[in-house]
Amino acid sequence: MTYMHIGKDFTPPDVEGKVTGAARYAEDFKKDGMVFARMLTSPIPAGRVVNIDASAALAMPGVVGIFTADDLPPSAPPANPALAKEYVTYIGQPILAVAAESDLIAEEALAKIVVEYQRRPFVVDPLDTLTEGGPDPYPMGNTLIRNSGEAAAGTTASGTDVGRIKWSIDQVTAFRNGREPTGAEFGSEWEYGDVAARFAECTTVIEEPFVTIGQPHHSLESRTSMAYWENGKCYFHGSLQSHTVGHDVLAGMLEIDPANLVFINENTGGGFGSKIFPYPNMAITGRFARQLNRPVQLRITRAEEFFIGSARSGMQGWIKIGLKDTGRVGAVDVIIVNDAGSGGGGSGGSSAEHISIMFQPEAMRFRGVSMYTNTTPRGAQRGPGQNEMAAVLAPMMDKAANMAGIDRVAFRRINAPRADGKIGERQGGLSSSYMPESIDKAAQMFNWEEKIAKPRQISATKVRGIGVGQGFHTAGSNGYDGLIRIAPDGTIYLHTGVGNLGTYSYAGITRAAAEALQCNWDNCVIVHGNEALNLPHSTYQGGSNTMFTETRSSHVAALDIIEKMKEIAMAEFGGTIDDYSIGGERVFLTSDSSKGMSYGEAAQKAIEMGGKYSGMEYPDNIHRTTQRSVQAMQGTGLIGVAKDTLPREGAVPGMAIAFVEIELDTETGKFDITDYSAVAECGTVVHPQGLSQAMNGGGVWGFGMAAYERHVYDPQNGLPANVGLYQSKPPTYLDVPVTMNTAGMDLPDPQSPVGAKGIGEPAQGCAVAALMSAFTDALDGHLFNRTPVTADMIVNHIAQNGHNTGNLKTNTF
Amino acid sequence: MSSHDVMPEMSLYQPVRVEDAIGIANQFADRGWLVGGGQDTYGWLKDRAKSADALIDLKGIESMRGITETADGIEIGALVTLTEIANNPLIKERYALLSQAAVKVASPQIRNVGTIAGNVSQDVRCWYYRRGLNCYRAGGNLCYADTPEGMNREHAIFNASRCVAVTPSDTGPALVALEAQMVIDSASGQRVVSAEDFFVGPNVDITHTTVLAPGDILTAVRIPAKWANAQFFFEKVADRNAWDFALVSLSAAMRVNNGVIEESRIVAGAVQATPRRLTSVEQAVRGKARDEATANSVGNLASRDANPLNYNHFKMPLMDNLVKRALRGQA
Repeated sequence: MTYMHIGKDFTPPDVEGKVTGAARYAEDFKKDGMVFARMLTSPIPAGRVVNIDASAALAMPGVVGIFTADDLPPSAPPANPALAKEYVTYIGQPILAVAAESDLIAEEALAKIVVEYQRRPFVVDPLDTLTEGGPDPYPMGNTLIRNSGEAAAGTTASGTDVGRIKWSIDQVTAFRNGREPTGAEFGSEWEYGDVAARFAECTTVIEEPFVTIGQPHHSLESRTSMAYWENGKCYFHGSLQSHTVGHDVLAGMLEIDPANLVFINENTGGGFGSKIFPYPNMAITGRFARQLNRPVQLRITRAEEFFIGSARSGMQGWIKIGLKDTGRVGAVDVIIVNDAGSGGGGSGGSSAEHISIMFQPEAMRFRGVSMYTNTTPRGAQRGPGQNEMAAVLAPMMDKAANMAGIDRVAFRRINAPRADGKIGERQGGLSSSYMPESIDKAAQMFNWEEKIAKPRQISATKVRGIGVGQGFHTAGSNGYDGLIRIAPDGTIYLHTGVGNLGTYSYAGITRAAAEALQCNWDNCVIVHGNEALNLPHSTYQGGSNTMFTETRSSHVAALDIIEKMKEIAMAEFGGTIDDYSIGGERVFLTSDSSKGMSYGEAAQKAIEMGGKYSGMEYPDNIHRTTQRSVQAMQGTGLIGVAKDTLPREGAVPGMAIAFVEIELDTETGKFDITDYSAVAECGTVVHPQGLSQAMNGGGVWGFGMAAYERHVYDPQNGLPANVGLYQSKPPTYLDVPVTMNTAGMDLPDPQSPVGAKGIGEPAQGCAVAALMSAFTDALDGHLFNRTPVTADMIVNHIAQNGHNTGNLKTNTF
Repeated sequence: MSSHDVMPEMSLYQPVRVEDAIGIANQFADRGWLVGGGQDTYGWLKDRAKSADALIDLKGIESMRGITETADGIEIGALVTLTEIANNPLIKERYALLSQAAVKVASPQIRNVGTIAGNVSQDVRCWYYRRGLNCYRAGGNLCYADTPEGMNREHAIFNASRCVAVTPSDTGPALVALEAQMVIDSASGQRVVSAEDFFVGPNVDITHTTVLAPGDILTAVRIPAKWANAQFFFEKVADRNAWDFALVSLSAAMRVNNGVIEESRIVAGAVQATPRRLTSVEQAVRGKARDEATANSVGNLASRDANPLNYNHFKMPLMDNLVKRALRGQA
């Protein structure tokens, strides 16, 4: 299909600001009379606050107030409280905030506050708390259980309690040693097909243990926020991935009418899943500002961002994989113990889902348990569950394929999801899948046949590794609102409540409206980032779903405004709506294009006609956020507004496949990536440069997950070792290839009006999987059974000194 | 635990002469803090893990800048940045070992402001110590890393004495290999200390990494002509190829005549608190060809007598491998 805008590069309006440094983030906003708030955080991994003596701090000149857990609604575990009191569950957990006239005074005041703690036992290894007799991270237990409860006022968590699951020492020992823990209790289980029967039909069966370490999100923009109150309204500068979808949540945290909140967030410096919805410390900023009746900036340091900024859940597991003689995956049995930190949840179910879609096993069983530990709270991080499973699964599937004598790419093609593919426990359908085609395209880009035939030994100290891996994440939702206004001067304002999380998707999705309107892009203005500018209720931005979801809502808003323009023209020139067309930013009689009007003239007419045309009336089914925005724009132009009610069925899969060639130095454990080729199965490509950026960025992060990034805790005292960026070791420019070859499959998903699906998470998943696969290939099929695989592990392996990892663990080297 | 990142209030002195700087340093003694590029200063102070009453900014002292040729080699001002060293034609031509080491320090941004004096004087990077824990090196009476459960992947495999931190300097081992001389000015005059003696281990002074005492200022580094145009080898193995400290580094200077190693100085970094001269290897290869056979003949001589901790056994084969690479003359 030939498009006017879709599939064409364009420059999103915020690019210049990002490049020049002019772009403003939450911390850049100041307000007259603003005070600085800083947090005091816990030095102990577990316990309770007995007493706070802030008298000396409050007596300091320039100190204006203190804010503690008593100033917030009560919060019960395992909800992650903004400020802890009765349940302190990790080092670095915020205890209180103090506000002062300057940042320095606030810091000095913190040093004068004396907090008395009562310590409790703590644990940093999920298997330690899972073991009978082992310490629990909370006094009441070690795992999340579901209930039917509502969230407490001002909190975001509901339906959860802390329960307790324990395994016998024998079961834990078996699990640590890579065997099935027979008879163990799990928090969640599912199964489809007859697993035992399918295994019986398999001719190749492997069993392997695995561990993936967590990674902190370390968003470059920390969670600093600033709030002030004027005329009963709270103006809140914050940093979220999503925008308007978080509005009501934040209003709830502040216990105010949503109509009295204005959330401003033009640019977001990274969230990676940790800023999808409002997070706890935002409650402090807004409430403290109200309490002090002064603007408050709660500034979050780099170290604090580590503590409260979330981290990927590590996982420890066991898997049994069976292949039939046809190469089909007959059965998979997988057990996952997740590290949920002090709050949040593990992603075991999502990990299992990755297996189910990528290899379409005929029968599968998943058993999982998510254990709390006294480490930082865990949350969604780019492909939570799917990507860490992609990492450890790729070399294990390689092993199975090699044992079965099947080429690794052929094996993936045999098992790849097709249009009739299934996913997960319920074996639901897919909106589309061109994964076999994507595998072929990527293999051709990489020149797999030639590369796989190359000798592995390059020199006395260099070996070659060839890897292949796949990534997946659900990439679409529906039911959100689109909003467009055309002004009498003909300017087309494309309003979006999508957050600007740095991917330019907020801009890309508006191209679907421009496409439908067949308008000149130069006449379009993207309105976003500030709710005072009247934004619609838009999707949450997690799970790569923005492109699919919001091209739909942009499209329906465009259809609405086109229909209204035709009705306006019809009122002027007669006929029926079907007699009219659009083109050249005019609406006109198809039979006589001289009878028509420009979009601007239609907008002027809309103001005169009122009613639904100028926003005086609007559909009942749009969200109240969108309703307020329409109300605020009444009479200012032609308003197009609609909720996405287009048909949708099945999961929307974003998928990708990558190939990696490495040269590995057997003396140092270091490696160079000499080729990286990846193809995104992301439906129609909306913005080629945006796709390239997404694939490159995801690829780099995948390399980091495979070989560099870490999450290390000392079990002696609960201290984290990687609170700084350099300690967490994300890859640098010098650790990744100069050129990364990426492409989109560019075949449309039938459930998107422009065929688009998202690709964020799979871009990382395919890269980490391919690099892990390459390590194993370079080292004669050796499985490390964990990520990351660091240089020291490779050196140890080659030296055969027996010092690799010992017991596999999360939260360690 | 409060998380800090704002500079505390303290006095700032900006002398333009060495003698003035010495006077101020003496006045404040151990409550004064010398700063050049600041790359090992601001973290300590902003984190409140260490404190001082006065910051003595040396950057205005012109006499501590510049790279000059002397009758017996070169003299490098203490304030010369690592970028300047990496790019200096004289150093690249005659003492390439040092430029090769300098260009591997941290990142371009840090090298642009970080100085040679700062790189050799910087404190250890043990993460426990840097968190402000009251360990031996901080004046306490225990080590958190040297325990059965300590997270000690980056720590020492040699010469631990209560503290198991390692030298983080990339240029330090290179300077030891080059037999550099460290010029130290103080109120009692100027003294010159060999690079090898400049660095001190925890058995000598557990709270310092060098011989520098309060009131001392490292003003210059001299490299003698002895090793000019020798055969050099430098390799730093770190997790990342930028912005990282060495897991193990190796600096070697070799006088090779007709393919035979007449003399060598081989120094490992990041294996103990000071640059570690591998004298047993130096002796073993004296008079032998610089080739594969010699490389293989030293076996694990370099790592012999190592005492690895729980997570750093890898440093032994890694160190041995780097020695082999140095001796055979190719990767």
